[in-house]
Amino acid sequence: MIPPDEELVAALRAGDENAFGAVVREWHASLLRVAQIFTPSRAVAEEVVQEAWLRVLGALDRFEGRSSLKTWVFRILVNTAKTRAQREGRTIPFSALQDAWRVPEPAVDAGRFLPDDHPLHPGGWAVPPRDLPEEQLLARETRERIAAAIEALPASQRAVISLRDVEGWTSEEVRNALDLSEVNQRVLLHRARARVRQALEDYLFPENP
Amino acid sequence: MIDVEALNCQELVELVTDFLEGALDERDLRAFERHLEHCDGCTEYLEQLRTTIRLTGSLTLDDLSTDAETTLLQAFRDWRRRDP
Repeated sequence: MIPPDEELVAALRAGDENAFGAVVREWHASLLRVAQIFTPSRAVAEEVVQEAWLRVLGALDRFEGRSSLKTWVFRILVNTAKTRAQREGRTIPFSALQDAWRVPEPAVDAGRFLPDDHPLHPGGWAVPPRDLPEEQLLARETRERIAAAIEALPASQRAVISLRDVEGWTSEEVRNALDLSEVNQRVLLHRARARVRQALEDYLFPENP
Repeated sequence: MIDVEALNCQELVELVTDFLEGALDERDLRAFERHLEHCDGCTEYLEQLRTTIRLTGSLTLDDLSTDAETTLLQAFRDWRRRDP
């Protein structure tokens, strides 16, 4: 849908409005997810995305292609969002991105496992997960629950899972766009997936303790 | 039977993303795979995680509002008339 970078950059520089409209539409939802890491509301995130695109246009003639255009645009977005937060005197929750690993957050509630001093299976499953009912997985409501679980995630986890698992970016693309270390990217992804899985299980097995 | 000397279930679930991302070192990978061979609970957990990823991949993010698009296209037209 989006042409390779060289072609795309040339089209944009030549003022091709269709090419611009196409990338704006293609990347918008992802840009919005990322902007929301730094902004207090969706409305502000929308403004930040708009502002970032204006900066992109302003700098496009100087784009050297050292990274992909997509990475470059997302980096400009992140900088725009940070600058805006600073200007408005808001603390940037970016430390939540960089220091994800500092606050432990178990993938599965500790109560699901046997205690560490259990004679046979310390740390083994006390309440193991059960087979998911395949026919229900395909139901629209199940997908709606998953979408709702993603919406409910902290913004940094939501951004990473949206780019990786919804949009299908590679981990390298996500790391470059968000300026994240490999480990932090993985920690955020791990927590996001674990929470979404839990939401799925809660929905399909509401009788679980 | 679960080998109590190796990885336990509570530890394994924390390594699932590293496993799926191919980020486990050889020793951890062996322990991970050995554990799965005899643990139905963890096998099911991994399966659920894969299902979660698959379902998440079938979603689409919300579309751009036409307002935002119109504004940006106007900005692009203004930019196109930039000084050379």
